[in-house]
Amino acid sequence: MKNTNRRNRWLGAVAVAAVGALSLSACGSGDDSASGGEQVSADAVDAALEEGGTLTVWAWEPTLEKVVSDFEAEYPNVDVELVNAGTGNDQYTALQNAVSAGKGVPDVAQVEYYALPQFSLAGSVSELSGFGAADLEDTFTPGPWSSVQQDDGIYGLPMDSGPMAMFYNQEVFEEYGIEVPTTWEEFMQAGRDLQAADPDVYITNDTGDAGFATSLMWQAGAQPFASEGEDVTIEFSDEGAQTYADTWQTMIDEELLAPISSWSDEWFSGLNDGTVATLVTGAWMPANLESGAPDGKGDWRVAPMPQWEAGAETTAENGGSSLTIPTDAQEKELAYAFLEYANVEDGVQTRVDGGAFPATVAEIESDEFVGKEFPYFGDQKVNEVLSESAGQVAEGWSYLPFQVYANSIFNDTVGQAYVSDEPLADGLAAWQEQMTEYGEQQGFSVS
Amino acid sequence: MTTTPLAPTPPDRGAAPVRPGPRLRSSRSGARRGGVPVTGAPAERRARRSPLLTALTGIVLVYSVVPLLWLVINATKTQGDLFTSFGLWFSDDFSLWSNLTETFTYDDGIFLRWLLNTLLYVVLGAGGATALAVLGGYALARFDFPGKKAVFAVVIGAVAVPGTALAVPTFLMFSQMGLTNTPWAVIIPSLISPFGLYLMWTFATDAIPTELMEAARVDGASEFRVFWQICLPLLMPGVVTVLLFTMVATWNNYFLPLIMLKDPDWYPLTLGLNAWNAQASTAGSEAVFNLVITGSVVTILPLVAVFLLLQRYWQSGLAAGSVKE
Amino acid sequence: MAVQQPIADRAPRNRRRWTGWGFLAPFVAVFALVFLAPIVYSVHLSLFRDQLIGGTSFVGLDNYTQVLGDDAFWESLTRVGLFLVVQVPVMLLLALLVALAIDSGRLYGASFFRISIFLPYAVPAVVASLMWGFMYGDRFGLVGNVNDAFGTSLPDPLSPTWVLASIGNIVTWEFVGYNMLIFFAALRTIPTSLYEAASIDGASEWRVITSIKLPAIRGALVVATIFSIIGSFQLFNEPSILQSLAPNAITTDFTPNLYAYSLSFSGQQYNYSATVAIVMGLVTMVIAYVVQLRGMRKEL
Repeated sequence: MKNTNRRNRWLGAVAVAAVGALSLSACGSGDDSASGGEQVSADAVDAALEEGGTLTVWAWEPTLEKVVSDFEAEYPNVDVELVNAGTGNDQYTALQNAVSAGKGVPDVAQVEYYALPQFSLAGSVSELSGFGAADLEDTFTPGPWSSVQQDDGIYGLPMDSGPMAMFYNQEVFEEYGIEVPTTWEEFMQAGRDLQAADPDVYITNDTGDAGFATSLMWQAGAQPFASEGEDVTIEFSDEGAQTYADTWQTMIDEELLAPISSWSDEWFSGLNDGTVATLVTGAWMPANLESGAPDGKGDWRVAPMPQWEAGAETTAENGGSSLTIPTDAQEKELAYAFLEYANVEDGVQTRVDGGAFPATVAEIESDEFVGKEFPYFGDQKVNEVLSESAGQVAEGWSYLPFQVYANSIFNDTVGQAYVSDEPLADGLAAWQEQMTEYGEQQGFSVS
Repeated sequence: MTTTPLAPTPPDRGAAPVRPGPRLRSSRSGARRGGVPVTGAPAERRARRSPLLTALTGIVLVYSVVPLLWLVINATKTQGDLFTSFGLWFSDDFSLWSNLTETFTYDDGIFLRWLLNTLLYVVLGAGGATALAVLGGYALARFDFPGKKAVFAVVIGAVAVPGTALAVPTFLMFSQMGLTNTPWAVIIPSLISPFGLYLMWTFATDAIPTELMEAARVDGASEFRVFWQICLPLLMPGVVTVLLFTMVATWNNYFLPLIMLKDPDWYPLTLGLNAWNAQASTAGSEAVFNLVITGSVVTILPLVAVFLLLQRYWQSGLAAGSVKE
Repeated sequence: MAVQQPIADRAPRNRRRWTGWGFLAPFVAVFALVFLAPIVYSVHLSLFRDQLIGGTSFVGLDNYTQVLGDDAFWESLTRVGLFLVVQVPVMLLLALLVALAIDSGRLYGASFFRISIFLPYAVPAVVASLMWGFMYGDRFGLVGNVNDAFGTSLPDPLSPTWVLASIGNIVTWEFVGYNMLIFFAALRTIPTSLYEAASIDGASEWRVITSIKLPAIRGALVVATIFSIIGSFQLFNEPSILQSLAPNAITTDFTPNLYAYSLSFSGQQYNYSATVAIVMGLVTMVIAYVVQLRGMRKEL
């Protein structure tokens, strides 16, 4: 990736030279020290805090605003500039562009777990073991902690996590006499019963969502993606993936899924008025329900994620993100201090108070957290369910080093099963084929 | 919208001058329009109004206006009512004022900042684009110089290349120059309006009598003086037209700012509204569709106002510029 | 680009040669910066291939060969081609009819019609797409409301079958008034003497339209057509914003421009993306040129 950086800078300069507006002098490369893993002592970090400076943080997580102001109050010499450079993909684009241009790279960037391998493999974000991150293994819950690692390196500190659970509208369930499903089989049956009772009411919505689909496979024990260095494996033939595909094919065939895309205004309407009865999603959902579906207050509850096998207790993660330090960052010591403050120290509680779901064991297991009652959920202690899920995440899952692209073409391929007669299995095959092609074009050896 | 395409029809200097003044139309505004003298009455013979034709045209009118009505009506609803009430009628709560207040105060009043940014981009971007187009169009219409024909061919060819795909190269260049994430990254690309150039070219061809320029030159006026004192006043209707088109383009500019700006403090309105819209899909964030809708109304209003105020200018300008026989 | 006044004792004719450049220079300079340089850069990019593993290599025209054999590209081109053949004539015809109606002087409140139909042009494409996206909802949007109220079952505007038509509707809505105004303005410049002559000859209204009005505004028609062709080929904002509502119907390679965008922004394939853009530019130019030739020939 070093090569890529220089290349882009050089090309940029060529274009600029073509207009005769700038000299080639701008193409000097940054220092190369980062890729080998820097050694930075805790003292150095403290000294940086003392000395102060300006820190640019790119993040869209809303609770960070309070964290930043607390951090600045605690370390008056540090000035933090919190920039919302777009959510998810928009920000990755901006980050990638800045890295390519070699200018305007932030000191800290929020990166979702699924996207992290792309940046770590490319060397765009710093390896943090040398900063002291290696000692934090027991601080974080296993799901997020494994998500920030790639080939034995640690490329970010987990900020939040999304252990999955089932959010359901109890009012609707009671009205139609539906039992809370504990397996996907029961979930499907509940969907049939709801449709039979009222064709406007659906068990859940789904128009094909890469994050959701991969999470379901994750829970089913599938390991479709694996990578070690430049060797990448993509394979949907294992039992877990098959289980998912078979079940979801039935859901699609019987039209049990509301054809509404998540996060659209129609979706919020459906959550609001009870026509979308459940959501199986990450633990960060409560805050969104409260603001997006205010009319559902008191109706919603949380139950464990439906299982693929009766009696099992396996879950998966959905969403969640880490804070990283880009390789070209100017203030790395200071940046690491901020990472620790926000994701390990005082910032965690601040963010929990703001409605975030943490990735740290201490907070997730604390009595205060677990015992909190949520008026929106009829005073249910929601975190009991969610914390439990965090401990049950299936092991062995990993994402591709080009998952951002892979997810972007999910609807081109797998998504077609939702709107045509094409079987889901064919969609998965097409997805695999296109991912393989892309991976090979990018120089990976894909099998 | 800086990529507004244009026709590769070079103006024909030999063409008979078109008559810039409007013919008398039965519509009252037609008779009042501008200070242009109203010419003969032959149109009067066709003053018979047709209810049938009015009704048929009314269908297109309804098609154009209903979505705007929808927007205005929904700007009066709360986030909750948006989902539960009939789209084309008001809900029980009339929340326009609270929506407006919230739009302007939400997130420390960032909407106002976006509005001011947009104004800045429009003043500098559209103003600059108009100036460049006027100068360039004047040059193309009034002077012979080497490479003149090539200029237009190149402009058209460049416009045909999709701008979205050029965004990354442009970004990398601007980044090298240290312009990204500054207002200049939005303003500089807005300075080019090929359509404006085309309009001014055709307009300047017709609107300036050659004798007038020659007379001034004989009097020893410099070329710039000839342009500034003699020609520019004659070009004013065209200038206003181009200004209005570039204003719309800059006001509605979306894609390039999206690539160039990271700091919401520099966002124009379009980007800000889209960010609010996307906010609903961020874990832990509030859904504010009501503000997106109210903000959209506020975004459109200034442009509508300008159109209404200046319509007599830009229509006469457009008329002279758009037609060649 | 010599901007300076040349030596004073040159012949006036010669002096004026360079004066023209002086007036044009500011435009050309900025144009070179924001249009030409990125295109030159893109052409350069299109000759290379960059890989996540292995860096960059010169590949000559390989990317171009790849585009020519790329089904996704051709499908998207066919799609915008279809859009072009259907939407553009509908929109222009509608615009022309309205312009003729307003110009005929037979409407009640003609100026109200003129400004109202033009208003949608003032709505940013982003806002227009968001707004129509809301309305297209077949459960809670206007389409859903209509279905509920009248017991109809309108097809889902965002289904794969209908989504192109739905986008066409948005584009038509946005630009019908704009084109109407161009035609209307053109109609207004027809010298009244022509009408007088027609009136003396006792020509019918229809005959006035076909013999006087339409020939007179052929230039404007050609201009508007070329505009619309380029606009269709560059279709991006509307599908891109509707994509989150209809992810399976609007694929990442829905239009050539969307394809180039996702190649470059999701896939980091700047080189291939630049190639797609350049090929699209060439296709657009050729078609616009052909239309112009045809349009102008008829005029003679």
